[in-house]
Amino acid sequence: MEQLNLIIPELFFTTSIMILLMIGVFYKNSFNLIFKLSTIILLATFILLFNHSVDTSAKLFNNSYTIDYLSLFMKALTLAACIFVMLSSFDYIKLNGINKIEYPILILSATLGMMIMISSYDLIVFYMGLELQSLSLYVLASFNRDNLRSSEAGLKYFVLSALSSGLLLYGCSLIYGFSGSTNFDLIAQNINKLNTGSIFGIVFILVGLAFKVSAVPFHMWAPDVYEGSPTSVTAFFAIVPKVAALTVFIRFLYVPFINVVDQWQMIIIFISLASMILGAVAAIGQTNIKRLMAYSSIGHMGYALAGLATGSNEGIQSTVIYLSIYLLMNLGVFSCIFMMKRNDIFYEDIQDLSGLSKNHPIISICLLLLLFSLAGIPPLAGFFAKFYIFMAVIKVKMYTIAIIGLITTVISAFYYLRIIKTIYFDAPEEIFESNQNLGLKISLFLSTIIVLVYFIYPSLLIDMVSNINLI
Amino acid sequence: MNFPILSAVTFLPLVGSLFILLIKDSSDKAIDNTKYVAIFTSFANFFLAIFLWFSFDTSTADFQFIENKQWVSGYFNFRLGIDGISILFILLTAFITPICVLSVINSVKVRIKEFFIAILVMETLMIGVFCSLDLVVFYLFFEGGLIPMFLIIGIWGGPRRVYSAFKFFLFTLLGSVLLLIAVISIYWITGTTDMTQLLEIKIPKEYQYLLWLAFFSSFAVKLPMWPVHTWLPDAHVEAPTAGSVILAAILLKMAGYGFIRFSIGLFPVASDFFTPLIFLLSIIAIVYTSLVALMQEDMKKLIAYSSVAHMGFVTVGIFTFTKQGLEGSIIQMISHGLISAALFLCVGVVYDRVHSRMISSYGGLVHIIPKYAVIFMIFTLAALGLPGTSGFVGEILILMGAFQKNILVAVLASLGVIFSAAYMLWLYKRVVFGKINNSELKKIYDLNKTEIFILSSLAFLILFFGFYPDPLFRTIDISVSELIKNYEINLTFYLTEAAK
Repeated sequence: MEQLNLIIPELFFTTSIMILLMIGVFYKNSFNLIFKLSTIILLATFILLFNHSVDTSAKLFNNSYTIDYLSLFMKALTLAACIFVMLSSFDYIKLNGINKIEYPILILSATLGMMIMISSYDLIVFYMGLELQSLSLYVLASFNRDNLRSSEAGLKYFVLSALSSGLLLYGCSLIYGFSGSTNFDLIAQNINKLNTGSIFGIVFILVGLAFKVSAVPFHMWAPDVYEGSPTSVTAFFAIVPKVAALTVFIRFLYVPFINVVDQWQMIIIFISLASMILGAVAAIGQTNIKRLMAYSSIGHMGYALAGLATGSNEGIQSTVIYLSIYLLMNLGVFSCIFMMKRNDIFYEDIQDLSGLSKNHPIISICLLLLLFSLAGIPPLAGFFAKFYIFMAVIKVKMYTIAIIGLITTVISAFYYLRIIKTIYFDAPEEIFESNQNLGLKISLFLSTIIVLVYFIYPSLLIDMVSNINLI
Repeated sequence: MNFPILSAVTFLPLVGSLFILLIKDSSDKAIDNTKYVAIFTSFANFFLAIFLWFSFDTSTADFQFIENKQWVSGYFNFRLGIDGISILFILLTAFITPICVLSVINSVKVRIKEFFIAILVMETLMIGVFCSLDLVVFYLFFEGGLIPMFLIIGIWGGPRRVYSAFKFFLFTLLGSVLLLIAVISIYWITGTTDMTQLLEIKIPKEYQYLLWLAFFSSFAVKLPMWPVHTWLPDAHVEAPTAGSVILAAILLKMAGYGFIRFSIGLFPVASDFFTPLIFLLSIIAIVYTSLVALMQEDMKKLIAYSSVAHMGFVTVGIFTFTKQGLEGSIIQMISHGLISAALFLCVGVVYDRVHSRMISSYGGLVHIIPKYAVIFMIFTLAALGLPGTSGFVGEILILMGAFQKNILVAVLASLGVIFSAAYMLWLYKRVVFGKINNSELKKIYDLNKTEIFILSSLAFLILFFGFYPDPLFRTIDISVSELIKNYEINLTFYLTEAAK
């Protein structure tokens, strides 16, 4: 029973989802109610996460499920991000006619899957969480089913993701076959360099995981899915699943595969460099802001993975910091995208932002700061995110990653600047609607202000992640 | 002293810009208020800087007014502190900013509120560069300046502003990428990025060369040195007058300051080793860009190229490692800050009236606007280094330093003095003398009161320091001596270590 105490958030979350389903089935047109309830449930779960002390470190159910500081931090991050994405996308969902009761419920079940992934300490538990998440996401991507692009996005995502899940499962079975266990600790004991079969398994697992974080060369789905899905789903895609996927990345690399660092390090370095370069170069030609954000997120995942490639605690911590700041910046940018609305139609071309600074000075300055932050210009938060990554990378003397990473920063600065140019230097377009809902405004201003004032007290985040010590 | 005066000098403009940001109304009265806030803040900061200068102790080479706050826990502290070299640059910044603010009131018509915010934020970042005693803090301020400058060029600039703004931003950012890697590497090599500690710790010789090159790549772009100077003419030409003034007067000096403070201070062996490279690039900059300046038809472009040539003098002076050379470089930077600011303002004055920067559209201005002709002449003569102006003091000292180190370099650099006389006098002749060919010029009017105030205060300082540069020397003297002494001690230390 003591063990159940530790998973109260998950239990509460699961029951709530079922209750919500019941409500949805028995009450007609109850979208508003369910949407509000699900936001409250997310918030309640967020609070329940702290029902045990933050230092708790326990493994439950025959060591297949772990509660530690990393899982707590990442779950909190996931839930907080999810709450803000929900808050900011409410108008969009209603106006685009995708206000069906399934929408919030699917988001919640995807989040549940992520929470399980984050805490998993066993291949089977991990796979269950992953599939719960993925299945919900397939449906969400094609949620606007009357829209051709949305259906295409859903199908594309489904086919490619199913393939990657298959590879991942194959990797898991190889690992199980050659190490004799599905438990992370036992795998770590039984795996070594000479065990070629399990090295194969590692490669397959890494491929599957790289797909989930949309790292090059498994990124092909991201631009199309980002562009085709409804923007509310794109925002969700860009922000929330990354947390779980990167946590699993960290967990896999640093728990079961920790003894074969030299085997996976090369792969991660390659994936990281390729993502940085492609993210920077391919985004230059984009005209659709959602597509651009897809490439930008590919690039950012490259930086996050660079931290993991170091094989050190600093590396993990810098990745977690990077991820937190990345979420914040993306939340702000997507809030701005939700604000590009005129006569109930949402616009998503960069050109539509032309001259925004004349008509909407406040939104413009927020977007300006967020974009400079994404480009990593000091003294904004995005600079610190990159700074910690490069601290970790240079500590282990990986100068190549540092130099290529910083040069791609300059290249990617170009396309962020291009958006800023459109906003500030070009002639104004028609005015956007300014009566935005409160949730949207809160998400935008909160993220911008944190991005702006982060430099005053950068220790806060460092102190928070300094408890994450996996090695 | 308990009062954090350096933080006050650094962040006061930021507070002012926050005030301006909070003025939401866009009526004429509100615009007037933003003007008053901007003028008040910038002048208050100037007087604060003067106060700082008076309370500055010139009898010690140690860093003064040190502030130390815990910042990134476990890694870096937020450290500020100044010595005799930095205080002059702080004064220069605090003096140039009010001038920019005043000139903006005259010339900028659109989005003036945002312009003031950009200038004041810029001032904070620039003063921060000169105050910081920690490499990371320095980098933060050094790079942060890109954001307001990009906006100043891009929003209020001329027809090719987008191209110029992008070029400026990407060039400088690319240059400083390696600086960031070097800063982090220094942290992992020595365990600190605190300047006062780093001056004690001797960075191992084998690292110095690469680290020096990384710092060099950033400073060379910012200074700018040949061949990475091409962003400067574009940025200068397209930027609004106040933007050009800030760019020429202060932004370029950050790099010169960086060379003195970091390259020489931290990497003596590498500085010694790469001196020929610096000399070569500086001589090319002096001779080549002077010749290019001769051929320019755009006034702002001509002054921009002359800036590159003058900054070539500065690098020659710094890398002579002699007292004359270093002091000359610092004086030259200060005086170039004043003179180039004044020249850009002079161009701005006629540009506001005629809307042309082409030399060919002017001529015979002396007949219509005599006051302007007089004041423009003072600055022209100062730019070519006439004795009695501050330009002369810097150049002669640099050449004296250079003759001790390398006669060929000194002779070639002296050519620059002749060239600068050629292009500046020719510019003056074509703009001010001759017949009035352009009918547009008929309606041009002479300087108004604000412009007279701005330009004459600059002229006063240029002449004052030309005749009596002693206050400047007294301020930097001990710091420069200490710098050279440390440099020589370190150099012999490394050389004897190598001999063992």
